[in-house]
Amino acid sequence: MGLDFLSSILFATVVAGTPLIIVAVGELVTEKAGVLNLGAEGIMCVGAVAAFAVAYHTHSPILGILAGMVAGMAMSLLFGISALTLMANQVASGLALSIFGVGFSAFVGKPYESVALASVPLVPIPLLHKIPVLGPALFNQQGLVYFSWVLLGAVAWFLYRTKAGLILRAVGESPVSAHSIGYGVVRIRYQAVLFGGAMAGIGGAFMSVFYTPMWVEGMVAGRGWIALSLVVFATWRPLRVMIGAYLFGGCMIMQMFVQGSGAKVTIPAQFLSALPYVATILVLVLISRNRGTIRLNSPASLGQTFLPDA
Amino acid sequence: MWLKFEPRAEPSRLMTYLSPLLAVGLMFLSGLLLFWVLGKDPIEGFRVFFLYPMRDAYSIAELFLKATPLMLCAVGLSVGFKANVWNIGAEGQLLIGALAGGWVALRFEHSTSPFLLPAMILAGAVGGMLWAAIPAFLRTRFNANEILTSLMLVYVAELVVSWLVHGPWKDPDGFNFPQTKVFSAAATLPLMLAGTRVNIALLFALGALVAGWVFMNRSFLGYQMKVAGQAENAGRYAGFSARRSVWFGMLAGGAMAGIAGIAEVAGPVGQITEKISPGYGFAAMIVAFVGRLSPIGILFSSLLMAILYVGGEQAQQYLSLPSSISKVFQGMLLFFLLGSDVFINFRPRFVRRRK
Repeated sequence: MGLDFLSSILFATVVAGTPLIIVAVGELVTEKAGVLNLGAEGIMCVGAVAAFAVAYHTHSPILGILAGMVAGMAMSLLFGISALTLMANQVASGLALSIFGVGFSAFVGKPYESVALASVPLVPIPLLHKIPVLGPALFNQQGLVYFSWVLLGAVAWFLYRTKAGLILRAVGESPVSAHSIGYGVVRIRYQAVLFGGAMAGIGGAFMSVFYTPMWVEGMVAGRGWIALSLVVFATWRPLRVMIGAYLFGGCMIMQMFVQGSGAKVTIPAQFLSALPYVATILVLVLISRNRGTIRLNSPASLGQTFLPDA
Repeated sequence: MWLKFEPRAEPSRLMTYLSPLLAVGLMFLSGLLLFWVLGKDPIEGFRVFFLYPMRDAYSIAELFLKATPLMLCAVGLSVGFKANVWNIGAEGQLLIGALAGGWVALRFEHSTSPFLLPAMILAGAVGGMLWAAIPAFLRTRFNANEILTSLMLVYVAELVVSWLVHGPWKDPDGFNFPQTKVFSAAATLPLMLAGTRVNIALLFALGALVAGWVFMNRSFLGYQMKVAGQAENAGRYAGFSARRSVWFGMLAGGAMAGIAGIAEVAGPVGQITEKISPGYGFAAMIVAFVGRLSPIGILFSSLLMAILYVGGEQAQQYLSLPSSISKVFQGMLLFFLLGSDVFINFRPRFVRRRK
């Protein structure tokens, strides 16, 4: 295996992991506020199709990302109305959002299935991209790859180094206490849900505008669900999301790896495609088997409906 | 003025039953709006989507055909949902059931034995149960979230089907299409009504509804599961096993989804292809919720869901809209239901806004 090959494998892993990082970090913030939004898959689909349509008509990938973000926020607003204002079960509301989003994106995206976008040029970082092997893999990347790193840092800083982050975590740990000292639990949860939606929308936009770049029904292929599992894998800590995301990114490009390595064994393509899903299950098992880890790290009120005093 | 929700002293029984009707009404209204936004005549759109599927005897028979797998999956899922066991992977269990039963049909393709069909159905149920047993085991043994694991297994099941029909099980005389041989006559479910496609799987589905009702309302285990779902601590205090709820809830869903799967391939589909199910396993969750997790409710909501499926086909044919419009309506229906359910536990009250 040559160094060039290693570099391209690394490049592809980072690209495949990037939407997972963005979506999982958004979901992490939502969950830190005590809200379990299972709708990430649906939000990603709608974000992807909105971003693709706008990027196609305006020829601007940036506008595409913004459209994906706005669409993601609109979708998560639906979830918020259901789970926060109307106090419906969060699991069912999230499922509804996923079912709706997958269907809605297939419906509105139909006319775009036959067209393609020009691929977006990479953004080299001066000097750094000249480092052998790592340079071309990490520092001559899609703009959103750098965004995902900045996002990770920013969210880690926000959650653990700012007052607003502390309040958000307090709302997730004990909404009743946060409420009784005067914080608007529902308002803060709405903000967290909208942030999660925006990030899932951007994650979807990355898929359709940068990654493939095209729109086909089913292209999100469970990445929203994998991102949800990543949050568990990361035990609700932002920086661990990155490790998990690249791990899964590596699983997703296994096909390329096997072809490139010139291995003699022929493995059906479907087996390799199943790898990320199987890996997700394994990872969930490994993390969850220690009940203490989960109980210690997950926000205490996660998934529970908060009833404002009546 | 500000709308506020005040908790009711007791959940409203009336609203429990009115809420699905309210949700359906809201879905109709949004349907009119949606057709208008799409530049279609709303009345015409409504007629094509919601009324064409019921226009004659054959159409109504088609509704029952589509409602059959939905009923089966939904009644199985409702057992788990009652106990807060979130099996959202019925679609995968349906596919594996179809594969397991289909394997029997293909393995004994020359058999004309009357036991062939029962063996296929049994294999289908076992296949679905095995696929559902994975998340059940991972949940009870390793505490892994069954929502995520059961869903991941849907993708795996789809890939297994794809592999088999592209590879080992591909019909050698099938012009390279990704599909198996067509099942023999002895491996095909007999039709119930001449001139329609409705087969005896509908009887299984109706039987499953009855069995589901008896289990939930007349058995001790069913009672335990209901208690565990409504008041977890009460269930634990009474010594009801949470493990058993998970196992039974998952396996019931898996068995029913597996039967739905084999009934599809041994019925209207006639062979194993990559398009066995247009998302019946997911739609069945909506059917279960709209049917209030009760067998009688599921009977009606599965027919409603069948209208949404057939309506999508009609909209494609007569309004040149993508048939995925069905899924838009499915999603809306569930959202409206969840929203309407607020009235079960809360009373709306207009109050002057404090500031």
